[in-house]
Amino acid sequence: MSLRIVVCVKYVPDATGDRHFAEDLTTDRDAVDGLLSELDEYAVEQALQIADAADDAEITVLTVGPEDAKDALRKALSMGADKGVHVEDDDLHGTDVVGTSLVLAKAVEHVGYDLVLCGMASTDGTMGVLPAILAERLGVPQVTLLSEVAVADGTVTGRRDGDAASEQLQAQLPAVVSVTDQSGEARYPSFKGIMAAKKKPVESLDLSDLGIDADEVGLGGAWTKVEDAAKRPERTAGTIVKDEGEGGKQLAEFLVSQKFI
Amino acid sequence: MAEVLVYVDHVDGAVRKPTLELLTLARRVGEPVAVALGNGAADTAATLAEHGAVKVLTADAPEFAEYLVVPKVDALQAAYEAVSPAAVLVPSSAEGKEIAARLAVRIGSGIITDAVDIEAGADGPVATQSVFAAAFTTKSRVSKGTPVITVKPNSAPVEAAPAAGAVEALSVTFGDAAKGTKIVSRTPRESSGRPELTEAAIVVSGGRGVNGAENFHVIEELADSLGAAVGASRAAVDAGWYPHSNQVGQTGKSVSPQLYVANGISGAIQHRAGMQTSKTIVAVNKDPEAPIFDLVDYGVVGDLFQVVPQLTEEVKARKG
Ligand SMILES: Cc1cc2nc3c(=O)[nH]c(=O)nc-3n(C[C@H](O)[C@H](O)[C@H](O)COP(=O)(O)OP(=O)(O)OC[C@H]3O[C@@H](n4cnc5c(N)ncnc54)[C@H](O)[C@@H]3O)c2cc1C
Ligand SMILES: Nc1ncnc2c1ncn2[C@@H]1O[C@H](COP(=O)(O)O)[C@@H](O)[C@H]1O
Repeated sequence: MSLRIVVCVKYVPDATGDRHFAEDLTTDRDAVDGLLSELDEYAVEQALQIADAADDAEITVLTVGPEDAKDALRKALSMGADKGVHVEDDDLHGTDVVGTSLVLAKAVEHVGYDLVLCGMASTDGTMGVLPAILAERLGVPQVTLLSEVAVADGTVTGRRDGDAASEQLQAQLPAVVSVTDQSGEARYPSFKGIMAAKKKPVESLDLSDLGIDADEVGLGGAWTKVEDAAKRPERTAGTIVKDEGEGGKQLAEFLVSQKFI
Repeated sequence: MAEVLVYVDHVDGAVRKPTLELLTLARRVGEPVAVALGNGAADTAATLAEHGAVKVLTADAPEFAEYLVVPKVDALQAAYEAVSPAAVLVPSSAEGKEIAARLAVRIGSGIITDAVDIEAGADGPVATQSVFAAAFTTKSRVSKGTPVITVKPNSAPVEAAPAAGAVEALSVTFGDAAKGTKIVSRTPRESSGRPELTEAAIVVSGGRGVNGAENFHVIEELADSLGAAVGASRAAVDAGWYPHSNQVGQTGKSVSPQLYVANGISGAIQHRAGMQTSKTIVAVNKDPEAPIFDLVDYGVVGDLFQVVPQLTEEVKARKG
């Protein structure tokens, strides 16, 4: 039977742009160009490699996000995924991680899956907890933060490099896996891939398709509330000296004046 | 006074510093009840009591070491049900965040991750976070359920505040999901003998400018003269010059030391994300246009191979 892989990808504001908050204290998605989160490219890459190693596999890329989030799906499809699912609904504006995980869980079940692949964290929210929550909601093993992953005979194995130790993990499918940016560079879409992506199917779903009440999600339904967002004060301009042979000594003087030495 | 659950990060009974910082924050919100799991759990009690734990709930079972994350969630949930706390605080390690998040969903609560401060508020604890690569500071609150908040290392001082610290055994029943992910083997990280990167008061980092693994001793020698931890940019790590466990930045460690010394690092947004909240920042870079200089309190435009060894000699000479 075909291995059904669902990759969760997020459309995020470009980190190198001037990101800020909208008036309602949600992430301003208009001011800065969006893109497929770089950290989710690693998940797409591993999905492609796992699919290659399997006899038969199908990769669905799934995103929850505004209209423009289709761009993230297109990018993933041009890398080689087979089809896309876009959950889009005005009532989703301002949804937090608990709500997003609810939507993703329903959507993943709607698609049908053996393996869900996620990035290690989104580059805007940077929480890194959604994959664990998704596993909790789906009631399947979480095999997260892997820097190496393989799937064979219904078993997923991988290496998790933690603070104190490096662990070798193993679980039965179905499972939720997340991969780090150590898992292997993501491929660039080829011209052929980009052309092919235009013809790949993208299914659009809204909350009612997934049987989710609007008041369970969105800013109003959020489990957390941002009460204030302030731009960090600019650091006061420091002293910059050019090394004319005494740079190390000058730096030492500074460290002495600040009582570090 | 309401009780606050504090999840204890420890290695065989030795409590790690971020947990002691967490106790400082917990005392602002209520009476800390600590939860220590796994091998050596009961040995944590004395230290936790010294820092304000009124109670220490302990549990040990082979499951904690043999399966990933979920057994610890089951235990923390048991503690939550036994105590009915006003909040649950967990150190912001990768594992800590996952434990906290799963607990939050189970108990129908919201979660805030990577707080850098917590204060008591009229509607429950208010968490400060540093977001968008530390360009913004936000204040947030959990608006549904019992607040579950993870807190980054170096977010509060460690304070002595003696309390009873009575040890109580926590009874835990593992659910069906507990044995889902088996930890087949574990290779402990070798200690460099230097301070822990996320806990260090001083971090000395090297980037692409270090130009080779064989040159990193220049960075290490400065670090050792200052008693500092060694960090690296992703460029240095990707090139294989330094281990990934030392990477500072968005996909590495997030550090917030008293002093951060960046050598041969340009200061890309993803690097800044992991070090921008450092109290004092200094840099050595031969390019006067490098963005890292926008952050520094003191910067030297020059060749790190000239400047850094000279600095190391000065530090050694002054420390005698
Ligand atoms: C999703 C994502 C996540 C990322 N996560 C991280 C992360 O966690 N951490 C991270 O660091 N990066 C991360 N990056 C990469 C980041 O964008 C930069 O590429 C990286 O930080 C650059 O490292 P660098 O400053 O060492 O190298 P460069 O940008 O190449 O800078 C090297 C600097 O060294 C200087 N130099 C060279 N020789 C000398 C000399 N002899 N003396 C003095 N100065 C010298 C140069 O002038 C230059 O400024 C991430 C990128 C992405 C897309
Ligand atoms: N809106 C979303 N749509 C699809 N996938 C998402 C979304 N948000 C988060 N994810 C997935 O969850 C991972 C971790 O996200 P986070 O916990 O928000 O940092 C990401 O790398 C994605 O794989």
